Amino acid sequence: MLKNLFGKHKKDALYFNMTKDETYEADVEMNPDDVLEKEDSIDKSATKKKEDKTDSETPEMMTCSKCNKEVSVSDMKKNLYVCPECGYHHPISAQRRIRGLVDQGTFRKLKCNIPFVNPLDYPDYEDKITKLKNKTNLDEGVLSGIGEIEGRKAVIAVMGSEFLMGSMGIAVGEKITNAFEMADRFKLPLIIFTASGGARMQEGILSLMQMAKTSAAAERFNEHGGLYIACLTNPTTGGVSASFATLGDITLAEPGALIGFAGPRVIEQTIGQKLPEGFQRAEYLETHGYVDRIVSRNDMRTVLGQILRLHDKRRK
Amino acid sequence: MIRDIDEQITAIENEIDKIAENGDELKKLKELKNNRKELLSQCENLTAHDKVYLARHRKRPKVDDYIDALFDDLFIQKGDYLGKEDKSIYGGIALFHGTPVTVFGHRKGRNLNENMEFNFGMPEPEGYRKALRMMKQAEKFGRPIITFIDTPGAYPGIEAEEHGQASAIAKNLAEMSALKVPVIAIVTGEGSSGGALAIGVANKVYMLENAVYSVLSPEGFASILWKDSKRSAEACDLMKLTAQDLKKFNVIDGIIKEPLGGAHHDPEFVYKEIDNMLVEELYKYKKMTGNELAKERYEKFRFIDAQIIADAESRG
Repeated sequence: MLKNLFGKHKKDALYFNMTKDETYEADVEMNPDDVLEKEDSIDKSATKKKEDKTDSETPEMMTCSKCNKEVSVSDMKKNLYVCPECGYHHPISAQRRIRGLVDQGTFRKLKCNIPFVNPLDYPDYEDKITKLKNKTNLDEGVLSGIGEIEGRKAVIAVMGSEFLMGSMGIAVGEKITNAFEMADRFKLPLIIFTASGGARMQEGILSLMQMAKTSAAAERFNEHGGLYIACLTNPTTGGVSASFATLGDITLAEPGALIGFAGPRVIEQTIGQKLPEGFQRAEYLETHGYVDRIVSRNDMRTVLGQILRLHDKRRK
Repeated sequence: MIRDIDEQITAIENEIDKIAENGDELKKLKELKNNRKELLSQCENLTAHDKVYLARHRKRPKVDDYIDALFDDLFIQKGDYLGKEDKSIYGGIALFHGTPVTVFGHRKGRNLNENMEFNFGMPEPEGYRKALRMMKQAEKFGRPIITFIDTPGAYPGIEAEEHGQASAIAKNLAEMSALKVPVIAIVTGEGSSGGALAIGVANKVYMLENAVYSVLSPEGFASILWKDSKRSAEACDLMKLTAQDLKKFNVIDGIIKEPLGGAHHDPEFVYKEIDNMLVEELYKYKKMTGNELAKERYEKFRFIDAQIIADAESRG
């Protein structure tokens, strides 16, 4: 009906091209090559080789830790680590998540390498981080870059729960802030996949300050009219849930993800009783009005594609 | 150590009171006063653990004491206008040397009954929303904002989670970062976790000499890292949570002096110190525009760890 009213030749009338800050312009001086790593570092990453190698070594079948059914490893991988039998969303590495999400060969990592910091001189911390970097092939708890989803460019940042439970210290806070700033600079939408137990205890008060830093960056991006899509995955708690994770224009969540401020154990200890079934799970948050939609990992690409499409600006 | 000293001082004070009633035991009185002085002089070099004890001291001045002492003509504001009044946040509009300001803070009680009423200074989402309401209103009317931080953290409870503890805190962080009026925060007691920071994104952050400010309570820190909350004394040293530590980190801007033995031994002294600081800071901010104020605050938190990162970089 509406289509008929406006007619094909008047299609433009349906478009509004408004941003909150009309004077704000993308930084044209900035060349994306200055802030991006040279090549598609995900498809060609060393991890891929390593993972492929393990493919041949691991047995063909594995047991789903949720339903205890035997599932073939290759099916599990093809299904992005969602159990084909019960639909349980197993943890997935940041690299694999991006590979399953973006148009092949379009992802380039943002240059944002933070040196190791240890403000509390926490014993054995450097050792722990070095080992994790080698094991996960991540610089720190966030993998960020620019890629395309169904032909639409976006800044994408993925937190890795495999890196010290995705906890947010200086490096994670800086990389998330950088993702907001790059999306702002190039006028691109921003998609963040959160996975975090909260602030990183080993960096003390400076971890707490990352909440203010990232939230301020989110607010500035918001004021400039940027689109920020938050995808909450298991778990998103503590300092990350209470900062940028809950500041999205659109909030999606993976099925069954634990999302909340205080951890379930802390709440149980405080109130001295058992928590209700399903408490703080994605479905519970959807019912209580904090999540637009629960999206299975296999549908994420399509749904994100739709949201990006709906935010297309008029093309001149 | 401080616990013993403090208890002895209290005993002496009780005896002084008793003697003052009789009025005829002057010699004894003199002796007791000397003992008291002697004990207080032992409070020069306190440990982090001592400071945590003082920061939580039952007799330490509370937000209502500060507001009574420093401001006139208080109009108390209540409620988030969305369904609840949270008594753990206390304050409203008042005059500071004749200038209208918005002033509020976490409210702890002086005894168990009061603490039950004020939820031990642990806000639920409604408390943070009330704080945000007051702050946005302050911005509307061009009033400076002064906040007093003193909380064990945001309340971990079922309702608090259901009502959006995480998003309430996140929203405060984001919105505070962009406020176009001066914001000054003072950590007066214990500032724990996101529950403290949620009213702490200020142009200037001050701490009382014996206040503590940390990513989590020492008990929580020990419980997360070592699965043993009883190792909190050890955690206190490691966490670098004292005003002196945070000044070195550039997380706070200044330290407010306390009398020997803690603020409760001479509250008037502390009020005077805070008064001087506020007069000086607010006078300076009078000359800045709203955008300049927001920019200064944004950059403060954006680059709060810049020196630490730069130092790590130069070390290689």
